[in-house]
Amino acid sequence: MHIPDGFINIPTSAGFGAAALGGVWYSIRRAARLLDDRRIPLAGLVAAFVFAAQMVNFPVAAGTSGHLIGGVLAAVLVGPWLGTLVLTVVLVVQGFFFADGGLSALGLNVFNMALVGTLGGYLIYRGLIAILPKNRPGTLVSAGLAAGLSVPLAAFAFVLQYAIGGEGGVALTTVAAAMGGVHLLIGIGEGLITAMVVGAVLASRPDLVAAAPKVEVEVMARG
Amino acid sequence: MDKRLWWFLAIGLVVALLVAGVVSGFASGEPDGLERVSIDQGFDETAADHALGDSPLADYAVEGVEDGRLSTGLAGIIGVALTLVLSATLFYGIRLYGRARRGKEAS
Repeated sequence: MHIPDGFINIPTSAGFGAAALGGVWYSIRRAARLLDDRRIPLAGLVAAFVFAAQMVNFPVAAGTSGHLIGGVLAAVLVGPWLGTLVLTVVLVVQGFFFADGGLSALGLNVFNMALVGTLGGYLIYRGLIAILPKNRPGTLVSAGLAAGLSVPLAAFAFVLQYAIGGEGGVALTTVAAAMGGVHLLIGIGEGLITAMVVGAVLASRPDLVAAAPKVEVEVMARG
Repeated sequence: MDKRLWWFLAIGLVVALLVAGVVSGFASGEPDGLERVSIDQGFDETAADHALGDSPLADYAVEGVEDGRLSTGLAGIIGVALTLVLSATLFYGIRLYGRARRGKEAS
């Protein structure tokens, strides 16, 4: 889902770049309130893990692959504001060191994956956990479903950008249908990996899952 | 910081290094979702070459290492280290900023 240079024109890229910068700055302000000694190495580890997992493309259909975005995973593990910052660092490292994601498109990519995918997906997670049982299966189903839906959500943010400043003159409905379809499939992988990793952390250190329902963390910490 | 947390972090780091260093070599090389759509819909040719496309780690390969899996794996391990150091530095800076702000509000 990393946009290269050239897909979206420069004025549009600059506009979303400004929006991304605003979102990242707001996240820094919010994260500054809750960062403590324990969360710094944990958030660093989550960033390293998201970078690693994003390298592993899995096949989704004939001639097509996808990889984890990790926004909902990060948000559930370290909270939404550190989550957006985790994704932003990963995107910056990929763009500047690995030529993955255009430099003029960095703002577009941060907007789509670090802000829309992560915060939008986290909102879905909170909505689901509010109605589902507040235990381990409920947490995993919520995290998995929210992560799965965050992928088409981020894809539609690209469609919005393409609508405003896309090059190539392809009909918007065509781009929207194609992007939605393939990213719904990639979302299945995103959901499964997210549920698996959140499950592994819940099983070993439930107190480290920032967005787990309180009830479960207390019960599991006692047991 | 308690010992158990360090163990958790150490094991997590080993898992990240294994994923980036080993599993990455077995990743699918097919175009991803956005690339596929751009090819199918014919706007893939609007993509420009990456400004840093000649850098030593471009496209997750270490310049000069010929073996594909080894090159990807090494690039992955370097990437994990870079991400860890950069993010921890950023978060440490944010914590200092948060403290300074709280200090100002209190006085």
